[in-house]
Amino acid sequence: MNLMTERNLEKAVNDKMNAQGNTIKMQGKDVTVHYGDKQALFGVSLDVPEKMVTALIGPSGCGKSTFLRSLNRMNDTIEGCKVGGLLTLDDEDIYNPKIDVVELRARVGMVFQKPNPFPKSIFENVAYGPRIHGLAKNRQQLDEIVEKSLRRASLFEEVKDRLHEAGTGLSGGQQQRLCIARAIAVSPEVILMDEPCSALDPIATAKVEELIDELRENYTIVIVTHSMQQAARVSQRTAMFHLGNLVEVGDTEMMFTSPTEKRTQDYITGRFG
Amino acid sequence: MTDIALNPAAPASARPARRDIGLKRRYAAERRFKLYGIAAIAIGLFFLVALMYSVFSNGYTAFWQTEVNLAINLDPKIIDPDNKRATDPNVLLTANYPILARNALAEKLGVPATNKPAMRELGKLFSEGVRGQLRDLVVANPSLIGTTQSVWVLTGADIDSAFKGQIDLTVDQTRRKVSDQQVEWMNKLKGEGAMSQRFNTGLFTYGASSRPETSGLGVALIGSLYMMLIVLCLALPIGVAASIYLEEYAKKSRLTDIIEVNINNLAAVPSIVFGLLGLAVFINFFHMPRSASLVGGMVLTLMTLPTIIIATRAALRAVPPSIRAAALGVGASKTQMVFHHVLPLAAPGILTGTIIGLAHALGETAPLLLIGMVAFVANSPVTPLDPSTALPVQIYMWANEAERAFVERTSGAIIVLLIFLAVMNITAIILRRRFERRW
Repeated sequence: MNLMTERNLEKAVNDKMNAQGNTIKMQGKDVTVHYGDKQALFGVSLDVPEKMVTALIGPSGCGKSTFLRSLNRMNDTIEGCKVGGLLTLDDEDIYNPKIDVVELRARVGMVFQKPNPFPKSIFENVAYGPRIHGLAKNRQQLDEIVEKSLRRASLFEEVKDRLHEAGTGLSGGQQQRLCIARAIAVSPEVILMDEPCSALDPIATAKVEELIDELRENYTIVIVTHSMQQAARVSQRTAMFHLGNLVEVGDTEMMFTSPTEKRTQDYITGRFG
Repeated sequence: MTDIALNPAAPASARPARRDIGLKRRYAAERRFKLYGIAAIAIGLFFLVALMYSVFSNGYTAFWQTEVNLAINLDPKIIDPDNKRATDPNVLLTANYPILARNALAEKLGVPATNKPAMRELGKLFSEGVRGQLRDLVVANPSLIGTTQSVWVLTGADIDSAFKGQIDLTVDQTRRKVSDQQVEWMNKLKGEGAMSQRFNTGLFTYGASSRPETSGLGVALIGSLYMMLIVLCLALPIGVAASIYLEEYAKKSRLTDIIEVNINNLAAVPSIVFGLLGLAVFINFFHMPRSASLVGGMVLTLMTLPTIIIATRAALRAVPPSIRAAALGVGASKTQMVFHHVLPLAAPGILTGTIIGLAHALGETAPLLLIGMVAFVANSPVTPLDPSTALPVQIYMWANEAERAFVERTSGAIIVLLIFLAVMNITAIILRRRFERRW
């Protein structure tokens, strides 16, 4: 265990230099997560570079979603969940009691596995975040934010004539892009995506992946995925988790061509997982 | 096995013998179970139909009341023999109005005023309620005195029963409540079209009365309405607030477990216990008025609360976690999440639970008996602090009366109560259907 964390720390230091000169947006140092008596993460240290897509891969139950959810403290909502270690956003400890979790989540948005639009109109779905955070001073500004967010999520053209129809009436892929638009609307700095394409068909998946690639220009993205190809297609950095430990992290190209760890190689080539 | 033996024509080697996997037995079991189900439903329906038949066949006549049309001469000599009405307003209130009706009837039937026994018989044809009816007419408009007015007057309860065919007229007249002479007059008036059944608006407006024809559900309806409003205003906010706190905010602990168990226990407490509680706490300790719908409403609130809390918690729990996660994910606070998303989505379920709880409270009798709502209340309550009765209590009181006309009214009141309950339950079902969401 100790050996493991030490090695991870070392890796984190190495990563910092490897990260193509991008600044570190979020950082995890020796992160542990317990669900009641069960430990899900065993000291994970991982850096998330700014304006890049970081993919978290690994077999089911390896703790990648747990790590993702501790980045915006969505784990808080789970009873009996305890997070240890240090997690920072712009060098600020996000588990510091002084940090307001509402503000944190406005800065670190999230897109979930299953598209989960509110059962309200498309417009209301996107406008909800800006409205509660008071980002728009009047209706016109709100309209602008909604349109801009929908455009960024490349959904506007498809739904511009039915903004006031129910968001739940859209197709699965459109719903997921609506959820991305909803996340973008509050202008977050980081967007966390928890297997955003696992409930979508290949065409919708392609659209969302394309979108993720575009969003990289403005946002820092962390994505959990089960699909190796997806990780390879959309991410610049890949982190491999196994049994609650970080096995390896590095540039995606490197990881998929010449992984240093045998476990990574086995997983990528489909020998376990 | 015997099938094969009985079927020698089948070529033995054509097909391999099928394994006996007990299909026949399984299908037989299925058919048997379906039969049990149909039988169970049939039994249930039979009792429902029997109940409905007995209530409706007894009660539908209560919605019509026999009335007789009289041309009443509002004779100033009888109303105001001393001509004092300009100075003494009591004259109009205490005048002998039934005499006017009797004279009008005697004139109509050609009975001479000197025939005292006949006049006495005649006086029983119409209801004593005519006193109030004519008084109200004259007091509202004194200029009518001296004119002749055509008025529909309620008949006596026995005449009403006889007119509706509920009294066996073949038995000797000494053994029934209407005399042959009265029946003869009744038939004569009926032939002239002066006596007929008209819609019984009095059933919904009159209060308690010892005369069946002038007793109604008016007081009970107002009392029940007040109680429903009080239950709604108290139980809904308290129940919803308690549920939201327990479901969304409270950390799961031994204490919340105990509270949960006790809420479920509370739902199972017999209603009469709540009545005793109301009597001891609200009336004896806080000295609230007896027989008041306020106290009744509060007792029913206690009874309805657990129902509403259980329904609300179930409705809150049915809102999928993904919606909560979505709200938190864009940075909504917990309260915003609850009030912007979870509560609106749970509202149909909460409403359904509330309506069913209200319907339950509407039909509740036992606790109201204990807090004194089983009372003879003739005047309509103005505020919830005034004495009143409730629909089921009125049914209970009428069921204790012996007269034939009260039997009819008891069933009539049951029909009214059942209609209210049915409307409430149908509303709940429609709400559930209309707003039910599937994720």
